[in-house]
Amino acid sequence: MAIWLTKDSKVIVQGMTGSEGSKHTRRMLAAGTNVVGGVNPRKAGTTVDFDGTELPVFASVADAMKDTGADVTVIFVPPQFTKAAVVEAIDAGIDLAVVITEGVPVHDTAAFWAYNVAKGERTRIIGPNCPGIASPGASNAGIIPADITGAGRIGLVSKSGTLTYQMMYELRDIGFSTCVGIGGDPIIGTTHIDALAAFEADPETEAIVMIGEIGGDAEERAAEFIKANVTKPVVGYIAGFTAPPGKTMGHAGAIISGSAGTADAKKAALEAVGVKVGKTPTETAELMRELMSGR
Amino acid sequence: MDLYEYQGRDLFERHGLPVLAGGVATTPEEARAIAERLGGRVVVKAQVKVGGRGKAGGVKLAEGAEETVARATDILGMDIKGHTVHKVMITVTADVAEEYYFSYLLDRANRTFLCIASVAGGMDIEAVAAETPEKVVKAPIDANTGVDEAKAREIVGAAGFPAEVADQIVDVAVGLWQAFVAEDATLVEVNPLATTKDGKLLLLDAKVTLDENAGFRHPDHEALVDQASVDPLEQAAKEKDLNYVKLDGEVGIIGNGAGLVMSTLDVVAYAGERHGGVKPANFLDIGGGASAEVMANGLEIVLSDPSVKSVFVNVFGGITACDAVANGIVQALALLEQRGEKATKPLVVRLDGNNAEAGRAILDGAANPLIQRVDTMDGAAERAAELAAAGV
Repeated sequence: MAIWLTKDSKVIVQGMTGSEGSKHTRRMLAAGTNVVGGVNPRKAGTTVDFDGTELPVFASVADAMKDTGADVTVIFVPPQFTKAAVVEAIDAGIDLAVVITEGVPVHDTAAFWAYNVAKGERTRIIGPNCPGIASPGASNAGIIPADITGAGRIGLVSKSGTLTYQMMYELRDIGFSTCVGIGGDPIIGTTHIDALAAFEADPETEAIVMIGEIGGDAEERAAEFIKANVTKPVVGYIAGFTAPPGKTMGHAGAIISGSAGTADAKKAALEAVGVKVGKTPTETAELMRELMSGR
Repeated sequence: MDLYEYQGRDLFERHGLPVLAGGVATTPEEARAIAERLGGRVVVKAQVKVGGRGKAGGVKLAEGAEETVARATDILGMDIKGHTVHKVMITVTADVAEEYYFSYLLDRANRTFLCIASVAGGMDIEAVAAETPEKVVKAPIDANTGVDEAKAREIVGAAGFPAEVADQIVDVAVGLWQAFVAEDATLVEVNPLATTKDGKLLLLDAKVTLDENAGFRHPDHEALVDQASVDPLEQAAKEKDLNYVKLDGEVGIIGNGAGLVMSTLDVVAYAGERHGGVKPANFLDIGGGASAEVMANGLEIVLSDPSVKSVFVNVFGGITACDAVANGIVQALALLEQRGEKATKPLVVRLDGNNAEAGRAILDGAANPLIQRVDTMDGAAERAAELAAAGV
């Protein structure tokens, strides 16, 4: 078992015929993902060959779902078209939309999120500006490298891509149930709390690593959620202790505004509810290793 | 991107919102021309992106052109909390009767927008909210339905604005929302939103933040960037599409992925505590699929910072395998030499992840005396800090 993405997931790619989309479709297939097609209205009816796998191109997400039974879409379209792509996925009623695109205007994200809420949150949205979701050994939807870790008992949720990979690699011998990169934008479709709740409910996840960074108060709210709802052990890491206020550090959402959004405040909030917080990624991995050694 | 007050005022004016007539000057002579055009009594305001300029003497009244020149001369070049004043805004004055507060902003926690309105304007809204929360209204705004007249009336009613100005505030609330959306702003704050003694409503201050991700639909926003205050290295990096932030330290940092680079800054700062207090000199994220050319551009920027004494290249091979990154580093150093900018500062390189062994072998094979390979992030940070401390 895993959360949100399993070996039975049928994945389509919006933007499959573009350069990033086709590169990562090939990688997802190589990782064992059941990719069943792509969407591009201008190339509907054609097929694309990925090292011997012929994938059909559909005019719309709805068409692709009708024909293939797809339940997951990975979105690689450029920022100008991302809002329309997500709205199309919501309208089609797909279970999971993973939005990889970086640089989406926050008004667009706010609009598609509000639209999703108005439609009853039928669709789980991960991202934007995220590496996606991987359930090692089962399926991989996005750009997370598949071969750096194995299947196992740890759940991972992170705002950062490369820190996710680093943690997956450091704990590759123990392995992961699912790794979710939720993205570093100010508004995101899936939060730390959503992932914590899903890992808590997943029988195959025994412990959780949570990676946060400066900006906003998502980690503080996650700490409150952990206190009230999470019985599984959680180990945390926060990036950006030495980041100066007022400067955006790579991710659009990674900015300390005045005194809000500091790494110190996030660490204190997590430690106050019993979460062990590592000082470096390696120390964090060690904390998890110690915790799992008795299990 | 945070705008200066005068840029915010201009933006409000373009969207038909009531602001005071005025202009911006970088010299006393420009100030004179504006004062002559406006006539009578004016207010001269320092343009800095920091609060508390009134207390610091950065806001002065002036009667006529001569006095305006004198006040502008005083204020231009003034230091306000570490910010040098390069521009002053000059506007006509208003007979203020009441001061209110009104803003729209991004509400990250609730994944929507928020309107904050208060009858208690002209002071720090967070202080007002803490001391007299009943005077502050926070209304969530649906991103898709926005603020129409009915929504604006609801906000105005909840905030308790006086009946005689309610219609005018409703108009401003709708107009300001339209500007907020049309300009892809993440903050528009008016403090104070004032009424004059003759019953008119005016937006007397403007704090505006624009979303840089939306730049593709606002080619005009590029002109709002204040070139004078942009760090030259940050500007050079931007021209090469590199995500670089200048910091005050001695250890140059290059990494892939925003989170990993932030983490690298932390680890280097901790190591620096053991090595003479050296600190990271910059944030530089070269992204997931860094080529040799991107690596060369990144190294060039970092090495051109005179305060850099050592460089820490911290790469986790995910999508891009470590052997490709290692080749990139070796080629980058050769490329810099070709460009006549031969590197002279030590490079501590940590490669981990996909094909790490092959990558390390490539670095060893290159036998470049500048490259020192350390295989853990914490160990490499320690070494880079040590080298920087020795080179200071």
